[in-house]
Amino acid sequence: MLTRMIALIYKEFLALFKDPKGRLVLVAPPMIQLLVFGYAATFDLKHVQYALYNEDKGIAARELVAAFDGAPAFHRMATLQSEEQIAPLVDRRDALMVIHIGPRFSADLEANRGAPLQVIVDGRNSNTAMIVLNYVSAIVEQFNTQWIKDHNLEAAPAKLDARAWFNPNLESRWFFIPGIIGMLTLVTTMLVTALTVAREREQGTFDQLLVTPLRPGEILLGKALPGFIIGFVQASVILLIATMWFDVPLLGSLPAFYAGLSLFLVSGVGAGMLISSLAVTQQQGLLGAFLFMVPAVILSGFATPIANMPHIVQMVTLIDPLRYFLVILRKVFLEGAGFDVLMNQFWPMALIGAATLTLASWLFRHRMY
Amino acid sequence: MSERGGSLMRLKGLVKKEFLQIARDPSSIAIAFLMPLFLLVLFGFGVSLDADHLPVALVAEQPTLDSDEFFSSIAGSHYFVPQRFFGMAAAEEAMREGRVNAIVHLRADFAKTLAREQGADIQVIVNGVDANTARLTQGYLQGVWVNWLERRARNAGREMVTPVKLEQRVWYNSDVRSRNFLVPGLVAIIMTLIGTLLTALVMAREWERGTLEALLVTPVTMTEVLLGKIIAYFALGTGGMLLSVGLAVWLFGVPLVGSFWILFICASLFLLAALGMGLAISALARNQFVAGQIAIVGTFLPAFLLSGFIFDIDSMPSVVQFITHLIVARYFVAIVQTLFMAGNVWSVVLPNVFALIVMAIFFMGITWRKSKKRLE
Repeated sequence: MLTRMIALIYKEFLALFKDPKGRLVLVAPPMIQLLVFGYAATFDLKHVQYALYNEDKGIAARELVAAFDGAPAFHRMATLQSEEQIAPLVDRRDALMVIHIGPRFSADLEANRGAPLQVIVDGRNSNTAMIVLNYVSAIVEQFNTQWIKDHNLEAAPAKLDARAWFNPNLESRWFFIPGIIGMLTLVTTMLVTALTVAREREQGTFDQLLVTPLRPGEILLGKALPGFIIGFVQASVILLIATMWFDVPLLGSLPAFYAGLSLFLVSGVGAGMLISSLAVTQQQGLLGAFLFMVPAVILSGFATPIANMPHIVQMVTLIDPLRYFLVILRKVFLEGAGFDVLMNQFWPMALIGAATLTLASWLFRHRMY
Repeated sequence: MSERGGSLMRLKGLVKKEFLQIARDPSSIAIAFLMPLFLLVLFGFGVSLDADHLPVALVAEQPTLDSDEFFSSIAGSHYFVPQRFFGMAAAEEAMREGRVNAIVHLRADFAKTLAREQGADIQVIVNGVDANTARLTQGYLQGVWVNWLERRARNAGREMVTPVKLEQRVWYNSDVRSRNFLVPGLVAIIMTLIGTLLTALVMAREWERGTLEALLVTPVTMTEVLLGKIIAYFALGTGGMLLSVGLAVWLFGVPLVGSFWILFICASLFLLAALGMGLAISALARNQFVAGQIAIVGTFLPAFLLSGFIFDIDSMPSVVQFITHLIVARYFVAIVQTLFMAGNVWSVVLPNVFALIVMAIFFMGITWRKSKKRLE
């Protein structure tokens, strides 16, 4: 039986790698994608183009402007002379933000009346807008503290002292790169498994496979294992790139990561085999792959937290294996987690894997004849 | 009959053939109509960056009137779901287990130091793993803190003076509702998938099965075959597109500030580019299996991550910014976000429309050349 299995797995690998275009699709993209996506996926703004409309000649206004010009994330792209210039600039998306300092800014400040600072932000991407406002309020906060100190004003009776655990500089790249490992692994398992059976069905070679002494369970295993092996190798390589190239700290236990990876691959391959065994044509297989992969990624908590979703959609995410693997990845990378904290993520994936593989092998047997 | 008339009749026949094929394999119709419906409804409700009801741990080492007052202002904010903990150890445990996102810690001397000149410290610890939510949490807590300070000053009969007061205006989306920009972006992503999926396999399938050769021994030309396919799938894709835009406006209440007809024209051009991409994949691979693989790798994740749908393109390194120019969805995301929220801003729309036309011609050209070659 073992030799039969090995022969079948060998055949599957041959089928995957014999086409030079297919080989290229399988090997090159994961590395390139990790590099490109790793740089693309971040919420940290590095290049905020802003315009300044300063109606005030006072020293205080100049000091505040200097604070903005000195901030590395802000780049002044225009200095405006009138209010009418603001709207076209923001409309055209040339400036993400406009700072407007009124004519009495310095006077108000000196008279201790509280000076308003108007900030206009392009809200077309409301998340970016929120982040910009966050940066601005940090600069203003700093300016205020300094002003109070310099002018011997009464300080606030209490101040916030904020710190962040696990990611002290709040680098969003640390959050996204472990997630990309999970996403790319999912894409690869889909790539290898979702179309294989449909192709053999269309070409008629599936019938040939059936008249061999191989049992349905063995055929399923032979089709599933290459996906598992390729996913395993690929995840290991991109894990290495993530830590060596992007310097994401890997604090937790590697055995826990690999246990999570294995279970995730089992559930991902299971879903792929299920799609594969349901599809009669390759077009249906491709449709199935997308119908699984796209929601699995978007609802996994990769970019938008699951906690923000309405309750019903949160229930839907419970059958998403990527959801659990992302938690494992982030906890292992950043929080230094081991087996003890991750148990709740392990068993749902095992369950999904068992269910999909069982169903797929049942379908193998019953859709055969 | 003139040459032109004959060509038109052949084309009509080809389009009819494509529609028959679509009607007989229901998966194309499922792709064009059910998939956008299903995905847009699921994601439109599911995808949001507006965090509220954040679980936060409150620890007062020595509960006093002052600490209670501060905590009740946190409880009064809809952004937070506070939980009281006795002692930092329990709160830190909850944070490690992910039951809370942040800890607000008031030391035993909070009430005493409040009265002193240098003031009291309110210690805030956030879980930084999700940096974006962490930053939002800090921002919301700061808002609560400022309100609390103002209320305190007022109760003491004084006016609290903040030297510089930030007056923020968020244009085009004054409620800062993330759904308003995510849903139009989702339409762009979903339609990229639909457009590509519809055509990704059709050419490869005809090559693989030899039906293309059968077609080409008839008087029809390769250009007519391609046109027939484009017309049929374009009609199908336009249906899906109208459905998506309708859902965005009526189901999700995203205001469409700009003109519907401009959106419709841009969407059609975008659809042509997406269909062209699918056809090009199909013609390049000549094999359904590989075409399917390229479609899986080459469409979804690039459209999701590199289109500016959620991640700001200007913050990417210039090499990556350059790569985003190869992504069809990028141009359409820029158009829909502007048309939906800001209106008909020609200086945004026109360059992107131009790029879409170039992309459509590029992909169609590849398809045409790659299909032609094989014949000779």
